[in-house]
Amino acid sequence: MLYRESGQYKTTYSADQAIFTIPQDRVFFALLMLAAFVGIPLVATNYVYTALLIPFLCLSLAALGLNILTGYCGQLSLGTGAFMGVGAVAAWNIATRVPDLNLLVVFALAGLITAAVGMFFGLPSLRIKGFYLAVATLAAQFFLPWLFVKWGWLTNYASSGVITAPQLKMFGWEVDTPMEKYLFALSVVTLLALMAKNLVRSNPGRQWMAIRDMDIAAEIIGIRPVVAKLTAFAVSSFYIGIAGALYLFVYLGSTEPDGFGISLSFQALFMIIIGGLGSILGSFLGAFFILLLPIFLTRVPPMLGFDLSTALVSHLEFMVFGALIVFFLIVEPHGLARLWQITKEKLRIWPFPY
Amino acid sequence: MSAPEKNIGDILLKVENISLSFGGVKALTDISFEIREREILAIIGPNGAGKSSMLNCINGFYHPQQGTITYRGEKRKQMRPHEAAKQGIARTFQNIALFKGMSTLDNIMTGRLLKMKSGLFTSAIYKGPAEREQIEHREFCERIIDFLEIEAIRKVPVGRLPYGLQKRVELARALAAEPTLLLLDEPMAGMNLEEKQDMCRFILDVNDEFGTTICLIEHDMGVVMDISDRVVVLDYGRKIGDGIPDEVKSSQAVIDAYLGVQH
Repeated sequence: MLYRESGQYKTTYSADQAIFTIPQDRVFFALLMLAAFVGIPLVATNYVYTALLIPFLCLSLAALGLNILTGYCGQLSLGTGAFMGVGAVAAWNIATRVPDLNLLVVFALAGLITAAVGMFFGLPSLRIKGFYLAVATLAAQFFLPWLFVKWGWLTNYASSGVITAPQLKMFGWEVDTPMEKYLFALSVVTLLALMAKNLVRSNPGRQWMAIRDMDIAAEIIGIRPVVAKLTAFAVSSFYIGIAGALYLFVYLGSTEPDGFGISLSFQALFMIIIGGLGSILGSFLGAFFILLLPIFLTRVPPMLGFDLSTALVSHLEFMVFGALIVFFLIVEPHGLARLWQITKEKLRIWPFPY
Repeated sequence: MSAPEKNIGDILLKVENISLSFGGVKALTDISFEIREREILAIIGPNGAGKSSMLNCINGFYHPQQGTITYRGEKRKQMRPHEAAKQGIARTFQNIALFKGMSTLDNIMTGRLLKMKSGLFTSAIYKGPAEREQIEHREFCERIIDFLEIEAIRKVPVGRLPYGLQKRVELARALAAEPTLLLLDEPMAGMNLEEKQDMCRFILDVNDEFGTTICLIEHDMGVVMDISDRVVVLDYGRKIGDGIPDEVKSSQAVIDAYLGVQH
């Protein structure tokens, strides 16, 4: 009853092409943003920030980057973890070697370096598709973490090989407490997500989707596959690189550079499959779901009186993950984002059947 | 019947002695014909005659081993399809090649990408030049949507549309690039009578209003003889007929190709 679009006429193309065309959606989004920027800081505890919200933001940005490449451009990649590592190592090097640089500049540069690396490893996509491309990106996943360890200069010849994030500072603001870190990450992610939405609804997005849906027809229309695929790799790696930098600077604090392994790649892939391929919202829903599920499984059974051993819980987690991925692949390939869309469509006419 | 006052112009595209083979299979042998400005040329022939291969050569998808293609007075080198698109050659496919995950409007807007300039940075910011460009080209695409009478489905993902409408959307996507030469590969295959009539009307209107040169492949002889100015007949990769519909209809070689001859 509340979610009605009848009687709302759009009189300009500008209004028809807005991100949220329906006022109810705009209000909902504004409330969500208000909750994220003001509501959560009023109530959340440090545990919620460090265990849930900050990793959620970092990983959803990585998933968003992967979604641009896999969901929008149709190029399967298993190198997300390695590209996050490139971003983290690049940001760390820039920040320690040029100590006074503004943090945002550090992140942007780290993103650009990752974009260049991503484009290089995207070159095979000009020749091969699908599973074969996935294997080619797997090469990046194995080569890059190896390089971080072998090439001492990258970690400033630290004997332990551990890199530790410097003090986060920008415009005189010291980002110290979990709440400040959360707000910083939230601002970065919100801005980048908005830009991603703009990209996918205008020319670059249409190029990518055309290549994904029918590459031969795309070429006959005048899209150059080389340009479309490499820009997708570049933009995707830019996002993943910044996600990696955030992951190190804001979430982990310190890590071994080979910590950006293949499990991270798979995690990002599961996020976009469950969240929704080819959807910006889906990247966030998927990240939220995958991070929340383990917490849910460890917390809820004891509340209901089941006393599960930790070993059982961790096995259960794998089983539930596996089952869910199979479920989504079969039942709803467009993931949680599509379910959300269906709900909205149903809501338009509720409580009437049609 | 085409209107007698129609002014057919100079040669737009000239195909000379094209031969194309795949391994040992000869798809096209020594084919020559020309397409003139503002005409509707039909290529007909039995299955496997090499009609689609001919179109694929024209828009740069196949590279013939021998022969030359001269487009707008310029002899063409080997080129990729996207270069042909830049020169103003658009086409539709025999089995629909739409972008299934996108809406009708997005498909048509994608067809217009060649005319649009916004790159990554302006698009990411969106407000300002990118939005102005989107709106400007949206207006053009809306005119095509109007023209082809597909207003009601502009926001529907094309995967959900019935076959006849998908064919129409594909035509719309090709028209969005404002082509000089439009190649239509069996635009009416699998349509019922009413849909065929609509499609014929659209093809004639496109030719008439935009002055687009059209080269089409079609099996429905009634349609071909009605709407085309000239007909080229292929059989087993060779050209066996070329002329106005009435000439072709009465040509013994063409009749033999379609009905078979006693040996």
